[in-house]
Amino acid sequence: MSEEYSLEIVNPEKSFLSKNDVTEVVVPAFEGEIGILKDHISIISFLKPGIIKIFSKSGEESFYVNDGIIEFKDNNLSILTSLILNLKDIDKEKISEIQKSAEEELNKSDINDQEKYLLDQKLEVLKSIN
Amino acid sequence: MASLDDLKKRISSVKSTQKITKAMKMVAAAKLRRAQENAEKGRPYSDKMNNIILNLSNGISDIDNAPKLLSGTGEDKVHLCVVMTSDRGLCGGFNTNIIKKAKLYFQKILDEGKTLKIITVGTKGYDQLKRLYGDNIIERISFKDSKNVNYFDADKVGKIVIEKFDKKEFDVCAIFYNQFKNVITQIPQEQQIIPLKTSEKEENSSEDNYEFEPEEDEILSNLLPKNISTQIFKAMLENSASEQGSRMSAMDNATRNAGEMVDKLTIEYNRSRQAAITKELIEIISGAESL
Repeated sequence: MSEEYSLEIVNPEKSFLSKNDVTEVVVPAFEGEIGILKDHISIISFLKPGIIKIFSKSGEESFYVNDGIIEFKDNNLSILTSLILNLKDIDKEKISEIQKSAEEELNKSDINDQEKYLLDQKLEVLKSIN
Repeated sequence: MASLDDLKKRISSVKSTQKITKAMKMVAAAKLRRAQENAEKGRPYSDKMNNIILNLSNGISDIDNAPKLLSGTGEDKVHLCVVMTSDRGLCGGFNTNIIKKAKLYFQKILDEGKTLKIITVGTKGYDQLKRLYGDNIIERISFKDSKNVNYFDADKVGKIVIEKFDKKEFDVCAIFYNQFKNVITQIPQEQQIIPLKTSEKEENSSEDNYEFEPEEDEILSNLLPKNISTQIFKAMLENSASEQGSRMSAMDNATRNAGEMVDKLTIEYNRSRQAAITKELIEIISGAESL
């Protein structure tokens, strides 16, 4: 039996990526990374800033996401995200831009712990890319 | 009767107006195609979002503890209306239709003795509403500077709405926009986004058992604010397609009318020219006869 399932990544502007031959996807879920293989139980979870790794027949790809929701059902994985960047052709300037705005956010006084945690995460990931 | 010179001037003025409307029509047609594409591309996101929320809210057993964005504040006193219009005019009945729809709703709210608050998105809506409902407008937003509809603009509006909701400034929120059906028809829409109307909870025979991480209600309370931005974004996309469609047909009509006017004026011009020539001839002939 094949070990592949289908994946669709959508952002508000368009359907970003659609694949039928993925074997494993690792997503930065809120409570830790999850690797999803075929016939995983139906799951809904949401993402913190991090890297999505996609393993497929055609190779491995990595994307940076800002946030998102994933839904896995009947061997269909949907990822909804507001900002996604391909690590292969990433724009350094864009990254620093996001980094800067995140730092500014972090310096505001009226953020709660959860927001702070997410921003810290974001900065960490961004630094590792740059 | 207008002199020949006057007629000539009018003809050339109508012709140059026609040139402008024609150009605007072409521009709108080009923009329409792009806007329509964007609206179609944006659909999967909002559809999927809706689906997930539907699945989640079906799974919630304890209605009383459901997030307020879903179940409402339990009251129905203050209504917030987000009226989305365009920043530019010359697009036929586009803005007027939205405003008309919104005004009906406003009247209903006020007649029932409830409080009305308005946020206008787009300058044209503000211009049309400020005279009658100036006191009710609490915020006016315009994205004149952004070239294309983008999610971050929608997110800004969404955040404003949620911030106000968290401060308990309103109980019910509705958005008004034009839904794009085709180039000639745009349907003004009224959509309630807070509390969320989970449209016709279908009893799915295959009740899906999802695993949630973290807990259901935590996901929901994170997802619902996002959904509001998404709905607003969808409305903005529909609106921009509608605006271009509406402008295109309005400018098409204007071009045609200008053409008709030029024809009519040209006939009048030719007639009066002929009349002037005939008159001159008669004068000459009768002058020669009298000799």
